[in-house]
Amino acid sequence: MSEQQPTSKFMQNGVVKWIEHRMPIFSFIDHSVGSGYPAPKNLNYWWNFGSLAGLALIIMIVSGIVLVMHYTPHTTLAFNSVERIMRDVNGGWLIRYLHMNGASFFFIAVYIHIFRGLYFGSYKYPRELLWIIGVLILLAMMATAFMGYVLPWGQMSYWGATVITNLFSAIPVVGESLVTLLWGGFVVDNPTLNRFFSLHYLLPFVILGLVIMHIWALHTFGSNNPTGVDVKGPQDTIPFHPYFTIKDLYGMGVFMLIFLFFVFFAPNYFGEADNYIPADSLATPPHIVPEWYFLPSYAILRAFTNEFILYWPVSWLMTAKLAGVIAMFGSIILLALIPWLDTSKVRSARYRPVYKWFFWIFVLDWIVLGMVGAHPAEGIWVVLGQVATTYYFAHLLLILPILGVLERPLATPESISASVTQPAE
Amino acid sequence: MMKPTIKTAFAAVLTAAAVSAAALAPTTAHAAAAGPKPEVQDWTFKGLFGTFDRASVQRGYQVYKEVCAACHSLNLIKFRNLADIGYSEAQVKALAAEYEIEDGPNDDGEMFMRKRTPSDPMPSPFPNAKAAAAANGGKAPPDLSLITKARAQGGDSVIKVSMKHPGGFTIGADYIYALLTGYEEAPDGFEMPPGGSYNKYFPGHVIAMAPPLVEEGVEFSDGTKATVSQMAHDVTMFLAWTAEPELEARKRLGVKVMLFLLALTGMLYALKRKIWSDIH
Ligand code: HEC
Ligand code: HEM
Repeated sequence: MSEQQPTSKFMQNGVVKWIEHRMPIFSFIDHSVGSGYPAPKNLNYWWNFGSLAGLALIIMIVSGIVLVMHYTPHTTLAFNSVERIMRDVNGGWLIRYLHMNGASFFFIAVYIHIFRGLYFGSYKYPRELLWIIGVLILLAMMATAFMGYVLPWGQMSYWGATVITNLFSAIPVVGESLVTLLWGGFVVDNPTLNRFFSLHYLLPFVILGLVIMHIWALHTFGSNNPTGVDVKGPQDTIPFHPYFTIKDLYGMGVFMLIFLFFVFFAPNYFGEADNYIPADSLATPPHIVPEWYFLPSYAILRAFTNEFILYWPVSWLMTAKLAGVIAMFGSIILLALIPWLDTSKVRSARYRPVYKWFFWIFVLDWIVLGMVGAHPAEGIWVVLGQVATTYYFAHLLLILPILGVLERPLATPESISASVTQPAE
Repeated sequence: MMKPTIKTAFAAVLTAAAVSAAALAPTTAHAAAAGPKPEVQDWTFKGLFGTFDRASVQRGYQVYKEVCAACHSLNLIKFRNLADIGYSEAQVKALAAEYEIEDGPNDDGEMFMRKRTPSDPMPSPFPNAKAAAAANGGKAPPDLSLITKARAQGGDSVIKVSMKHPGGFTIGADYIYALLTGYEEAPDGFEMPPGGSYNKYFPGHVIAMAPPLVEEGVEFSDGTKATVSQMAHDVTMFLAWTAEPELEARKRLGVKVMLFLLALTGMLYALKRKIWSDIH
């Protein structure tokens, strides 16, 4: 399928014409990722991470389906069934390590993809819905990864599940029954494992559906670009194929090199040693840490103690624990409101001299939150976590709205092609 | 001026990621009163081309069999797996046949004992965890199949550790070796509960396992002198294999895949340059 203009050789083929007449799938593909889809010609390598996330999703679904062929969702068998995959199933260790590390690399791609959007203002009109769907994908990924981590039924699986599901008990009135529903009983046990397994199989396909909607919304207006200036005409674009198909393929090569290095040479780099100890409800690990991609959220959750300033205004209304749970989910859900929280008319940080700084501080803040989440809540880490949490919300709720009003943006270029001939910054 | 910005940004993010990876040091279950950091050993299975030293791993099996097997099971290992570390088919058969296993029911509906075959698992010293704990002062000896993977040790995270040693859970092996050679007199005034031994490297220092290795405790058929550190080294090598029996195959395939991908990615890059050469 090289050139698929309706007049191309390919489209003249009898079989192709027969199908195309009844179901115009070839022109659909062409308009999605072919020469019939015009893309801004100035997209930089940060625009590779969308296709990389897509690749990661496919890797997860394919490796996951193969894992299920050998995995047994029962508390007495799960741990050993995973070890059987590692030892007795042909190539099983590869499938399992692909899936295990694939989750980490999926999150790496998606987090970079999100920060890309924040830097270049890709969430602004007319891409608000596209952005919101993206936040939903992130939420669904988090739920999927959380439940997947429970499946091997090691110590961290078990205790992670116990700690996180227990959070819901903080919700007034319905909390307790909600936890019982999640658990399928009164403790984390076989029914919990079974429902998590079922949902862990279901949710990736929900994600797939959301990704299709995400791309649909994307193609309605096309990609944003590093200047943030709308496409003004054909001189600003190039056909997706072959220009971006080859660029995405090259990006995938680099991504796979790094990803597979970990799979083959440091497969447990992102993991916890404790998850190689079978789950034991009588032995609590002294420090229960979630997977790295949850660490910023975990830090926000734990920042809420009785002494935390952000807790004071609501302390008459709820416990610190509940405030922490709300803040943790709120920190993700708020992202969906960024199109309205950011009041600036200029999209790209390239023309927003002050926002550019705040963007990098926000990235740094997020990394600090991740570090805090990895350490036991003691000493300096408590204070650091509370400062970083306060800043996180201040960035979204104060800095973004105010900055849009006060900042004097630089002059934006006439068009994308104009920006190429005249210096951008 | 698009290029420098992107490069700086990439560099900034990569640096930030490296810094955070170094700082992401999730404290593991064994952080509490962890002893000194286990010394880093030069294991043959480290590195991109690492393999298990066959002679050492076989001596290690002998140590396990003659010493540790009295208390520790190795549930995930079957006799046939021993072929991976250089035993012949006949040797594996003979090793398996040293032990019996209950089988049945036979045609008369009765259970019977028979010799183990290569497809049978290694025998467990105790019928269940309760019996194991009862026989060892209340602390069940853990199954050793995954032990080097299950101990990153000393409050050091896998992430931090593997930055120093890409290629596996070497620090788990370092810890096991340190533990086996780390017994000493309890310091003055240290209150030792009955049945406990003082070990420098064990979290909390009181371990319910008496020093398992004594000089010349086993007799190696290859003439190697059975010092405590030699036996500890060999049995740790063996346990590293039981934890990651796929390690050699994984690294071998990994090198090939990396080379292939490197070539492919290089070609894709050249193609990208060529296709894009008319865009400015
Ligand atoms: C007499 C019985 C006995 C023998 C023999 C024995 N162990 Fe142990 N081992 C134990 C007990 C009991 C524990 C649990 C200790 C505790 O939790 O305090 C243990 C724990 C361990 C641990 C886990 C330490 C940790 O970090 O939790 C390792 C590793 C270990 N043994 C290795 C060995 C090796 C290798 C050998 C053979 C050289 C061996 N053991 C021989 C009884 C024994
Ligand atoms: C959005 C995509 C997905 C994510 C983020 C994800 C995440 C995870 C994670 C983090 C684990 C634990 C890995 C470990 O420590 O062993 C896991 C395990 C598992 N997943 Fe997934 N997964 C995804 C898709 C799927 C799919 C589509 C299936 C099946 C159809 C699947 C089946 C399994 C099975 C059987 C396990 C247990 C085996 C194991 O632990 O290695 N996953 N998943």
